Amino acid sequence: MKVSLFITCVADQFFSDAGVAAVKLLRSLDCTVDFPQGQTCCGQPAYNAGYWAEARQVAEHTLGVLEDAEHVVLPSGSCTTMLRAFYPELYRHHPRMFARAEALSHKTYELAEFIVKVLKVTHLGNGLQGHRVAYHHGCHGLRELGIKSEPLTLLRNAGAEIVDWAAAEECCGFGGLFSVKLPEVALSMADRKLSTLPPTSQIDYLASADGGCMLHLDGRIKNRRLSLPVRPLASVLWEAAQ
Amino acid sequence: MKLTANQYPQESARVLREEPHVRDSVTGATLNFDGKRRLAYAEVDAETWRHWAEGVKNHVLMNLDQYLLQAEASLKRNGVQVHWAEHAEAARRIVAEIARAGQVKKVVKAKTMVSEELGINPMLEGMGIETLETDLGEYLIQLLGQPPSHIVGPAIHLNLDQIRQLFHQRFQTPTGASPEDLAAVARKLLREGFLKADMGISGANFVVAETGTLALIENEGNIRLSTSAPRIHVALVGIEKLLPRFSDLSVFLSLTARAATGQRLGTFVSLLQGPRTAGESDGPEEVHVILVDNGRSSVLADPLAWETLRCVRCAACLNACPVYRQTGGHPYGYVYSGPIGAILSPGLLGLEETKPLPYASSLCGACFQACPVRIPIPRLLLTWRNRAVDEGLTPKLEAAAIKGYALAMTQPWAYSLASKAIRMLPHKALDNTIVPVLKAWTQGRAGLEPSPRSFHQLWDAGEV
Repeated sequence: MKVSLFITCVADQFFSDAGVAAVKLLRSLDCTVDFPQGQTCCGQPAYNAGYWAEARQVAEHTLGVLEDAEHVVLPSGSCTTMLRAFYPELYRHHPRMFARAEALSHKTYELAEFIVKVLKVTHLGNGLQGHRVAYHHGCHGLRELGIKSEPLTLLRNAGAEIVDWAAAEECCGFGGLFSVKLPEVALSMADRKLSTLPPTSQIDYLASADGGCMLHLDGRIKNRRLSLPVRPLASVLWEAAQ
Repeated sequence: MKLTANQYPQESARVLREEPHVRDSVTGATLNFDGKRRLAYAEVDAETWRHWAEGVKNHVLMNLDQYLLQAEASLKRNGVQVHWAEHAEAARRIVAEIARAGQVKKVVKAKTMVSEELGINPMLEGMGIETLETDLGEYLIQLLGQPPSHIVGPAIHLNLDQIRQLFHQRFQTPTGASPEDLAAVARKLLREGFLKADMGISGANFVVAETGTLALIENEGNIRLSTSAPRIHVALVGIEKLLPRFSDLSVFLSLTARAATGQRLGTFVSLLQGPRTAGESDGPEEVHVILVDNGRSSVLADPLAWETLRCVRCAACLNACPVYRQTGGHPYGYVYSGPIGAILSPGLLGLEETKPLPYASSLCGACFQACPVRIPIPRLLLTWRNRAVDEGLTPKLEAAAIKGYALAMTQPWAYSLASKAIRMLPHKALDNTIVPVLKAWTQGRAGLEPSPRSFHQLWDAGEV
């Protein structure tokens, strides 16, 4: 299977190891991975802030970069949502561009989703035996795309225990622009979400497919001096396959 | 109601800083409501119900001119006096005229959001008419002189200790009185109010065009008393509240209760069919329905925002919203708060005076999943943000930054340069307090630390 990786700007800058892990994992599952040159950001910061003209500029650039891809895989639920759900929305009144956006939409997947739904793999290995994982569902992946069971299945089948987390599906307060426009509310949301975790002594790490959420939660965790590592899902899944 | 929506950023921060108990009260209550809502949805084929309800509401809105006339005719046939109010001032004038003609001295109010929207209480009090809120939550905030902080639970921001304190000061109840004792004190006061009132003012959950039926859902019984004990009943009804057929109530009454409180049906459902007729021993002598526009027809004419008018005011979106949950409704600065307020207020009042509201959301999508009529709230929040940009209402620095961002992200060399630049900054320079965005980030969060080398660099170096 031929896969084009869209690394996303957040993972490119802050979680490059996770990108490497995603490539190794996909190769171990018999995929040929390429990395289309010229890729930057999906455009969501502009879209989310209401600057749709600028979002379309970035979207058009990305559509060009990914035009020839067979499957596009991203290590991020939110950026996958941008390509899959929001690009077509941006071009609702531009028939020619809408068709291109739709074509990209149909071949774009979040990493765990791609492994389970397209590669039909649910057992990566047993590399997570004894790992106690708090899994943070990013809102876009969860509610816009309906990705919920895929990451949990892969983690559990590799031996991880997913700890009970009452607010696992609640927003962490990142929300892109929101996190800096209304920082007090955003932090209060992070605190509320973290407050519903079991004691950190009973968790090995928090995992998520979303870089923005991880920067926000990890930043808050470190600021409050909690002892809870935050790990990108791609890195954890690669470990599962070891 | 006084509009202070432009203060949302400051007010939300202030509530979190100075009134931390509000977060606790609101979080507890909304999680409870939202949990019950989920269970109540799970009992039925909620997806089908929601799609059907969306369809009925869309049909009403697309044919509102006809249904309004049909409703007027049906109401008149039932002996109801129908009034049309284009804006708040007209609605107040109509209520004042009815009160004056009926020599009204005391009014009891059933909980109605549209009355808050129209400023009915201050107007009545200005006329020297005693006005008593009879919903327990509304009564509490009336005593405190506060606006409602939630569409269904107006006093949701108060905790038991605050209510004990309030009753202790006002009615000399013991400081450790139980909720039941406090309710008993309120009940006695309110019962007297019902018996002495000349006029009852309510809203309506639905008005059936076919039969002229006013449908009201509640749990305390105060709406039934307010609409039947006084000799005059005035119902304030937004023009979007119509349903075509009586049979539509079969789903809407249950769906609204499930969405609002997780009940299968409200404890009391009143279907009012006009004033007392000859031979009947109960009911008002006069019933007035005031059909209120106050900005709704301009929302209806808006090709992008009209879906907002499907709203049945169940507050399921507030209960589901993690942003609302932190502060309650007061910082939103208008009668309708939470996700629905954030899209309805700009529609009713204009974006200039409400522009922070569309940003009062992390776009998590929980509101859409909860909404019984499938209003695409996250998309509409984005639509209003886009309008703020088009109308030049966003900060100049932000607009310039986004333009710069778009430029960099469409030129791979510029992206690559920026990527190198952030790695050449001294360690911890991303804690920089000069750049506003980074300053906002690092207040309460550890600084950003880029990976030693970007993925692009690793790939280009052949290390992947």
